[in-house]
Amino acid sequence: MNLLEIENVTLRFGGLVAVDNVSLKVEEGEVFALVGPNGAGKSTIFNLISRFYDPAEGSIRFDGHDLLKNSADHVPSFGIARTFQNIELFEQATVLQNLLVGRHRHRQTSMVSNIIFSPKTYREELGHRAAVEEVIEFLNLQPYRDKMIGGLPYGVRKVVELGRALASEPKLLLLDEPASGLSVEETQDMAFWIEDIQTQMGISVMMVEHDMGLVSAVSGRVMALSDGKELATGTAAEVQSHPAVIEAYLGTGDISKTGTSRT
Amino acid sequence: MRFVFKTSYDADISLFKHRAQAVWYGLLLLLVLATPLYFVAIGDAYLLGEITGILILAIAGMGLMLLTGHTGLPSLGHATFMAFGCYININMLGAGVPWVIAFPLSGLIAGVLGTMIALPVLRLHGVYLALATLAMSMLTSDFVVIAEPWTGGIAGAAVPDINIFGMEINRYSTPYKFYYLVLFVAILLVWFYRNLLRTPTGRSFTAIRDSEISARAMGINLTRTKAMSFFLSATAAGLAGALFGHSAGYVTNETFDLVMSITLLLMIVIGGLGFIHGAFFGAIVVGIIPVAIANGRSFLQSTFDMNVNVPGLESALFAFILICFILFEPMGLYGRWLKIRTYFELFPFYRKDMFKRQKSYLKTDRVQ
Ligand SMILES: Nc1ncnc2c1ncn2[C@@H]1O[C@H](COP(=O)(O)OP(=O)(O)O)[C@@H](O)[C@H]1O
Ligand SMILES: [Mg+2]
Repeated sequence: MNLLEIENVTLRFGGLVAVDNVSLKVEEGEVFALVGPNGAGKSTIFNLISRFYDPAEGSIRFDGHDLLKNSADHVPSFGIARTFQNIELFEQATVLQNLLVGRHRHRQTSMVSNIIFSPKTYREELGHRAAVEEVIEFLNLQPYRDKMIGGLPYGVRKVVELGRALASEPKLLLLDEPASGLSVEETQDMAFWIEDIQTQMGISVMMVEHDMGLVSAVSGRVMALSDGKELATGTAAEVQSHPAVIEAYLGTGDISKTGTSRT
Repeated sequence: MRFVFKTSYDADISLFKHRAQAVWYGLLLLLVLATPLYFVAIGDAYLLGEITGILILAIAGMGLMLLTGHTGLPSLGHATFMAFGCYININMLGAGVPWVIAFPLSGLIAGVLGTMIALPVLRLHGVYLALATLAMSMLTSDFVVIAEPWTGGIAGAAVPDINIFGMEINRYSTPYKFYYLVLFVAILLVWFYRNLLRTPTGRSFTAIRDSEISARAMGINLTRTKAMSFFLSATAAGLAGALFGHSAGYVTNETFDLVMSITLLLMIVIGGLGFIHGAFFGAIVVGIIPVAIANGRSFLQSTFDMNVNVPGLESALFAFILICFILFEPMGLYGRWLKIRTYFELFPFYRKDMFKRQKSYLKTDRVQ
C-alpha cells in the first residue's frame, strides 16, 4: 500500500523552479531515497511534505489524508516525523527534553492540568518518559541523556535529532542527509539504525543522502533528481548507471563519489 | 560532584533533583517564613515592606520571564498588564466583590486582555514585537487618563484594603500579614511555573524559543502556544499589579509607566534569562539598588560631609550595571551562581569553557 503519494508537484521560488512536476510514492515499510546534486530540490520536497511551503500545482496525500488541506503543525499528527539537513535542535535544553518535545503529538493534557500537575498529567508524563527511554536505549544516548544540546559534538546531535523524530512514533520518517558530516563509524551506526527502524519498528523511511554507500545499503528504491526534475527511479545500481544521472553529475564528479561533497 | 542514580522516571519528573536539593529549598522556605520574626524583634517593619515589594516585583518578573526567558518573546509592555490587574482589582473591590474573588479575577482578566492585544502582533519577531509592546506601554498613561471614571485619571485612585473573610490586611497597619499574603502568592506561582516547565506546555514554550521551525515540525501550533504564554505571562503581571496597588496604596497615571516596563525587562536579564531564579535575583537587585544608593548617600554625607545629590544617579547606576551584565555575564546572576557552584562541585576539574554556548551550525532563516 502507498503511504505517501506526491503527484505532479511544482514549486517555484520567484523565477526558479525548485521542484518541477515531480511525482513519487513511498510504500509502507520501504526505505526510499532521494539523490541528486546540491540544489536539486530534495530538501524542498521534504519541506513541501512538512507543509512549510505551498506547492503551485499538484497533490500530496499521506495515509488517506490530503496534506495540502492541513497546516504544518498538523502534519506530525498523521504520523510524519523529520530531521533537518542543518540540525534544528532545541539548543538550550537537554537531550531528554528534546526527545520529550518529540512526544508532543501524543499529548493528552491541557495547559491547566499541566499547571496544577494533575494526576492525569503525572500519568501522561510517566508514559512519555517510558517511550523516550526506549529511544535513548535504542540509539545508545544514555551518556548524553541529561546534557545540554549546546555542548554536544556534531555527530551526537545528528543522533539526537533522529531520536526526537523517533520519539513521536511516526509511520513515515523523513531523514534529510542523516550521514552528512558523520565519520565512517558513525555512518555505519546510522545504517544499522535505519535498517532496524524499517525492519523492527516497521517505520517507512524517506531519506535524502549523498553517501551512495549508505543509500545502496539501506534503500529499496532510489529517485534521482536534478534541477527539480526527476531523472530516474529504480534500485541504487540502476539509478547510478542511468545515462541521465551520469550526465547530471558531470562536472560534479562521479555519483558514487559524491559522498564527500557536502553542502 | 554528585551522581544522581535514577531508579525510576520519578527522579526526572519530581520537583527536586535529589534529597539535598529538597533540603536546601526547605531551609530557604523556613528562612522566608521566619523573616518577619526579625522585624518583630527590632520593632521596625520598614525593611519588611521593601522585601514585600521585591516579592511583588519577582511575581511580575516571573510573568515576563515565562514570556521572554522561556518562550523567547520580548515585551516592553508588562507594566501595562500590571496596570490592568491593578485597576480591575480596585474597581471590583469598589463594587463590593470580595478580595478572594477580585484578586484572581484581576489577574485572569489582565491575561485575557493582554492576549487580545498581543494576538495581532504575535506574528512579529524579535525587535518588532519589542517595538509594538513598547508603543503599548507609551500609550498606557494616556489611556489611564482617558478612562478616568475607573482609574481616577491624573488625580489617581486610592486602593481599598484587603479583606479576607473579615481579616483586614493593610501594608502599613498589618505589614506582617501583607508580607505573608504576597509570599503565599509568590510561592504558589513558583509551584505553577515549575509544573509548567516539567510538562508538555512548558516544553512547547521552550521549543518555540529555541527553534520555531522544529517546533512546528513536532506539531506545535505557534500562534496558539505563543498566545498561551502571553496569557499566563499577562496574568502573572496582572496579579503583581493588583498587589502593587495594595502596596502603594494610591496609584496614578504615572505609576505603571514605560520606566517600569523597561525595569522589568532589565530585571530578568540581570537575574538570568531562562531561569525562574532569575526573576527573584533580578528583583532583589532592582529592589536593593535604591536602598543602597540612599544608604551610600547618607554615609558619605555623615562621614565625609559630602553632598552627592546627583539627579538621575539611580538610573545611571542601573544602566551601568546592566551594560556590565550584558558584556560580562549574559547568563545573569543565576548563571554566575551556577558557575560558582559547578566550580566547587568539580574542583579542581572546572574548565573555563564549560558554560560556553556553542555557535549553532550553519543557522539560517531558511529551512534546509
Ligand atoms: N526558501 C527559499 N527561497 C528561495 N530559493 C530557495 C529556497 N529554498 C530553496 N531554494 C532554492 O531551491 C533549490 C533547491 O534547494 P534544495 O531543495 O535545498 O536543494 P537540495 O537538493 O540540495 O536539498 C536551490 O536552488 C535553492 O537555492
Ligand atoms: Mg538539501
